[in-house]
Amino acid sequence: MAKSILVYVDHFDGKALPASWEALGAAQQLNQKFAGEITAVVVGHQKREIAEQAIAHGAQRVFLVDKEGLNHFRPEPYASVLSQILRDSEADIFLSPNTGRARELAAMVAVDLETGLSPDVIQLVLEDGVVSATRPIYAGKLFVKVRCADCTPQMFTLRGRAFPKQEPAPDAEGKIELVEVAFPEPVTHVIGYKESESGVSLSDAAVVVSGGRGVSNNPKLIAPQDITDEKEKEIWRAQQGFKLIQDLARVLDAAVGASRAAVDAGYVPYAHQVGQTGKVVSPDLYIACGISGAIQHLAGMRTAKTIVAINKDVNAPIFKLARFGVVGDLFEILPELTEVLRSKLGK
Amino acid sequence: MDFRISAEQELVQKMVKDFAQREVAPTIKEWDRKQEMKPEILPRMAELGILGVCIPVRYGGQGMDYLTLGLVCEELEAVDTTLRVIMSVHTGLCSLGIFQWGSEDQKQNFLTPLASGAKYGAFGLTEPGVGSDVANLTASAKLDGDEYILNGEKTWISLATKAHTVLWFARTSESAKHPHAGICAFILDIDRDGVTTGDLHGKLGVRAGSTGWINCQDVRIPVGNRLGEEGEGFKIAMSCLDNGRYTVASGATGLIRACLDASVAYAKERQAFGKAIASFQLVQQKIARMAKDYEASRLLYMQSGWLKNQGIRNTRETSIAKWFATDASFEHASEAIQVHGAYGFSDEYDVERYMRNARGAMIYEGSSEIQTLIQAGYALGLREDASLRRELPAYDAEYWLAEK
Amino acid sequence: MNIVVCVKQTPDTAATISIEEGKATWGDAPLVLNPWDEYAVEQAILTREELGGKVTALSLGPEEAREALKLALAMGCDEAILINDPLFESADTLIVSRALAAGIMKLGEVELVFFGRASVDSDSGVLGSQTARRLGWPSISWAAAISHHEGAIEVERMIDEGRQVVRSSLPAVISVVKEINEPRYPSFMGIRKASKAEIPTWSAESIGIDGSLSPAVTWPEMFAPQVKSAECEFIAGQSAQEIAEGLADRLIAEKVI
Repeated sequence: MAKSILVYVDHFDGKALPASWEALGAAQQLNQKFAGEITAVVVGHQKREIAEQAIAHGAQRVFLVDKEGLNHFRPEPYASVLSQILRDSEADIFLSPNTGRARELAAMVAVDLETGLSPDVIQLVLEDGVVSATRPIYAGKLFVKVRCADCTPQMFTLRGRAFPKQEPAPDAEGKIELVEVAFPEPVTHVIGYKESESGVSLSDAAVVVSGGRGVSNNPKLIAPQDITDEKEKEIWRAQQGFKLIQDLARVLDAAVGASRAAVDAGYVPYAHQVGQTGKVVSPDLYIACGISGAIQHLAGMRTAKTIVAINKDVNAPIFKLARFGVVGDLFEILPELTEVLRSKLGK
Repeated sequence: MDFRISAEQELVQKMVKDFAQREVAPTIKEWDRKQEMKPEILPRMAELGILGVCIPVRYGGQGMDYLTLGLVCEELEAVDTTLRVIMSVHTGLCSLGIFQWGSEDQKQNFLTPLASGAKYGAFGLTEPGVGSDVANLTASAKLDGDEYILNGEKTWISLATKAHTVLWFARTSESAKHPHAGICAFILDIDRDGVTTGDLHGKLGVRAGSTGWINCQDVRIPVGNRLGEEGEGFKIAMSCLDNGRYTVASGATGLIRACLDASVAYAKERQAFGKAIASFQLVQQKIARMAKDYEASRLLYMQSGWLKNQGIRNTRETSIAKWFATDASFEHASEAIQVHGAYGFSDEYDVERYMRNARGAMIYEGSSEIQTLIQAGYALGLREDASLRRELPAYDAEYWLAEK
Repeated sequence: MNIVVCVKQTPDTAATISIEEGKATWGDAPLVLNPWDEYAVEQAILTREELGGKVTALSLGPEEAREALKLALAMGCDEAILINDPLFESADTLIVSRALAAGIMKLGEVELVFFGRASVDSDSGVLGSQTARRLGWPSISWAAAISHHEGAIEVERMIDEGRQVVRSSLPAVISVVKEINEPRYPSFMGIRKASKAEIPTWSAESIGIDGSLSPAVTWPEMFAPQVKSAECEFIAGQSAQEIAEGLADRLIAEKVI
């Protein structure tokens, strides 16, 4: 039975998010089973280039909505546009990346269409003609199979790095259809934006190097004399420790993560927190430095393909998850590891 | 008998636990090593209302009952003994002493700022040469017109350098028939001329707390600062200890719980001979004993708290609770180290600190030996509670919660 | 200003979650106010302290969820309401958003609704947006700072790429992230109030939802993640450099980097 799949392409600042191509990859995997049609949806203003990229990434057709009023992403008008397209196209399946924007959009569309939504999906399978999804709950401590059998469309947002990214084929063919859809005036207005300075984004990173509370404990460091406050001294020591983490991260093009303990102690901003109340990541490689592995932290990184733990306590729970472990002083190991990798990787 | 705690008490417990876990636990090792009290702790406990938990609202407190004081101490000492020590001296010994014995004026002037946390309280009984034999204390108070002149030194005083108000015990009469009849209690404001204080270091435990000495050199203090009557000092001191020991008992219960929790977690995690050590019966035995004594300690202090709420004298019951829980907490802290093996012996884990902290409570507020004698006295009919001119008032929610 | 904060009771994040008879269980681990919701409650109270008005904590859940509402009251919310009805037993977010929106409408004249970013159990993170959509109000997610300007708000949002400032009219639905504030502990006065407070229960019927509700989304099966069987391979050496070399070689040999 042929089914039609609609894939939402999330973009920001003129660029498509790579996770969108993962959604197109997931669509192709599904489509092998039911030989339907894959349509990408690009909403915005002057985003034809992104529509063309969507074709290169495997979309057979793109619905392009091009309106000046849709220049900035706002969930309300975007949702109205997308709901209308889904109604008109009678798509069976809706896929989108699980970015903050796309998830909010999908949430609203699900309300408009009174249909079921499974956010943050890591696996899609076809069972008895119905797509069923798997997603983590309790921050990955459990998984649940999700079914929305009687829903049209069935909606899924896909966790980053859980599905294969479709490689672009420059000679791929497909048509771009300009779609006219009415939408309400946005009720909120974007009046400012500042890019984050944190470098590689945690959720997209293939490699994450994380530091814990132990990063402030370098006994050989003596804080400068002009810092008299004990707490400030501790933070100063932690910052020196995190520099070692950043150095290693730079060599590996990795994002910098942190445990909740390190964030709570004020060593690094919350944006770096990995764990149940921070970001959930599943990189190819996760290097945990001075992190003992509280259950909340493990919940945020246990799906990493390879975990390396550097910790001075051989009993730290993190070693139970780790593929490779080093029992030792991270302040001695990290600089060496950075140097060794820099020369071996030719950086 | 209803052993459930109320929704109110549960919320207080949770609040105190969150405070101790979030604001103290993460850095306690560093402060313990430094032998200093983290400066934010007292102001935060004041701000959160913990310091005046069981004092009536009309005197600046939070109007909870005496059992809640015990529950709070259990939560605090489950993180670090030094937190509970604050409650023992500030709330148990000093504030409740003034609440029980003070005149209305004294309660307004001295109890209210203590209960609200604007000021901190301490308890000056022990002297360099006088511990268990309190009746022989040597600090002196001489009446001179409408003032007393205080002289003498107190040592092992918790919060000595932090407190603003000290219950000070001194001898007013050398000629009393019994030495204890010559003792008198004073509410001493520490900023008076002639008062000097200092910290003591090098303690085995409670290192993240503040312990020190207070010296009075010709300190003049108005007669209005005398607590109770002349000659009542010994009884006042002993009745204060009924409350202090209660906080020590409930705190030690928290320490046993911390040993139990740490041992259970470690025993499940640590492997030996190819299995988690929790599967070995000799480890199980240690854990089972911790569970047993935790439960018993908790019931004992809850009994004391209940008696206090009823306004029933509880010297005997509180002494048992203190004796039992403090001996047990030291034993189980030591056993918790055994469960942790060599790791328990290092400060990588908390259990070595538990053991060092537990040791002191077998000495202060009546050593285990003194508690033994007290219990022998009751059992053999050699000891009887003399009635007090003022008993600790029974808890009456309406009175405690009323604004005025 | 009438402010609503929507909260949920969840197992403590330190709990070990397992499966019993097809359902998630957490042994005797405590149930708590969803950690994200603490920030929402704090923000609701801060807003009332700044602008005056009333904060109502609203939860859809079982009887036990009263405990989470009590904590919200103890922190300083003025009132709490529990939406509880057998009809909502296996509710999905479509149904819950409908019920919450109906509850908010029943309260009347609400200008601001706060949500936590997500709940730590089902972890969907869509309820705020869905409730906003039902109400027809703007949804402002991932709020990290809020300022008020005469019937409008400016919100700094933590989006994946950075910080974005958005202006919106009221009423509006805001979901907050951790950076927005530091949740207070309950005060004794709040605790006394909370323990005496009557928390009314609203049935489905009382908020105008009747008939049978069938969830669009069902969870037919739950399973635990496969335990990684690979033993940890410890890299040892005489010096830090030797260890680093050893680790780098293993990572490269395994094609990890």
